[in-house]
Amino acid sequence: MTVKIPYYPGCTLKATAKNFEDTARLVAGVFDYELDDLYRWNCCGAVYGLSEDNVMHKVAPVRNLLRVKEVGEKRVLTLCSMCFNTLKRANYYVRKNKDKLEVINAIMYLENTTYDGSVEVIHLLELLRDEIGFDKVKKAVKKPLSGITVASYYGCLLLRPNEIAIDNMEQPTVMEDLMEALGASVIDLNVKTECCGAYQTVPRKDLVADRTNLIVEEARKAGADLIITSCPLCHFNLDRRQKEAKERHPDFHPMPILYFTQLMALAFGFEEEKLGFKPHYVDPRPLLKERGLL
Amino acid sequence: MGVLKLTREKVQNVDLINRISGQNVYDCYQCGRCTSGCPSADEMDIVPSQTMKFLQIGEVDRVVESNTPWVCLACLICSVRCPKGIDIAAIMEALRLVKLRNNYDFVHPNRIPQEDLEELPPIALVSAFRKMTP
Ligand code: SF4
Ligand code: SF4
Ligand code: SF4
Ligand code: SF4
Repeated sequence: MTVKIPYYPGCTLKATAKNFEDTARLVAGVFDYELDDLYRWNCCGAVYGLSEDNVMHKVAPVRNLLRVKEVGEKRVLTLCSMCFNTLKRANYYVRKNKDKLEVINAIMYLENTTYDGSVEVIHLLELLRDEIGFDKVKKAVKKPLSGITVASYYGCLLLRPNEIAIDNMEQPTVMEDLMEALGASVIDLNVKTECCGAYQTVPRKDLVADRTNLIVEEARKAGADLIITSCPLCHFNLDRRQKEAKERHPDFHPMPILYFTQLMALAFGFEEEKLGFKPHYVDPRPLLKERGLL
Repeated sequence: MGVLKLTREKVQNVDLINRISGQNVYDCYQCGRCTSGCPSADEMDIVPSQTMKFLQIGEVDRVVESNTPWVCLACLICSVRCPKGIDIAAIMEALRLVKLRNNYDFVHPNRIPQEDLEELPPIALVSAFRKMTP
């Protein structure tokens, strides 16, 4: 029996990170889950508003949670780390601050229902670890990823602040454990929880290029062939900003950056056309061919 | 160097930062942990722990006019590591907001080059506008 799970896509997974969404759907399907796009979802605002004196930036994420409740569901799945963080933090906030929840409900007075804090926000990595289990993941592998060494990059938003973290905030292992279940070798990336530069990629390419240079070089020194991520902004910064990293640091060597779902789909035996490698700035295909995986 | 003077106006400015951020800048005891983990500290005119000190002595203008809040990444490393439980990232946000609420654009949507607009993902633009436009 297929389990339909309400899924909040967010804007980027319908645009430049379509390959993340497509491969996540394939992977979920292997375990009989169907990602069911949330009805009338709206952009969550990407970044969680940190001000205490104004709830306006929390309305967009809470409205999405209200949609989940409206269709009679109890949880919502996210893929993008930023969506996950924004929705889960807003949820945590209104659960703790009932007075602010009332204000937000008052702002959403045109809705047919009110929000009450009842929805759970989960990330695909949690579903894989806690509900499906990495043993099942291991059993589903048709093409073990032996021959490649993977660095897992978490960034900020799956882990901070602690009340929304999907794993140990300073020493997470969920992505490494997942990669081992796929048969890959893993390394412990020392900068795996350090920010990639985030939205500074708009006004300060140079700053982000230097972060990219640092993260990729640390991964290389530790012996990695590629880096995985779960955030379309991390992906853009670590992949596309390698161009500027190379201009600023002549010794820089390119490294492919993949969504963890792309490697899962590869290990589960899906064909190359379905893995969405075309939009990558640093093409992962030569490496995967060389290691006999494509 | 003169004697440190905390005028009423300066105290009111600090109160504003505390109110917007929901934090108390006077809690900071200058351990420096926020700065040691900050990935942007090298880019900052005034590093995070110094920012806290300037706020405590009422020098709000000085930090508001520095580049510090505008090279902050809102990555929350400082906030989760502060032994006093201060959400320094929220203070950085308050420092941005005092300008943004006066209609200041740090990023000008109409001045982003066309070739950048074509390749930047929505998530980059939405988050940059949220943090750096009114
Ligand atoms: S967090 Fe991102 S991807 Fe998610 S909806 Fe918001 S801007 Fe779009
Ligand atoms: S590292 Fe950057 S893009 Fe990634 S989660 Fe952090 S802020 Fe987001
Ligand atoms: S970590 Fe906290 S207490 Fe230490 S200097 Fe920074 S703000 Fe002050
Ligand atoms: S949130 Fe800003 S100040 Fe704090 S560590 Fe990150 S970049 Fe530095």
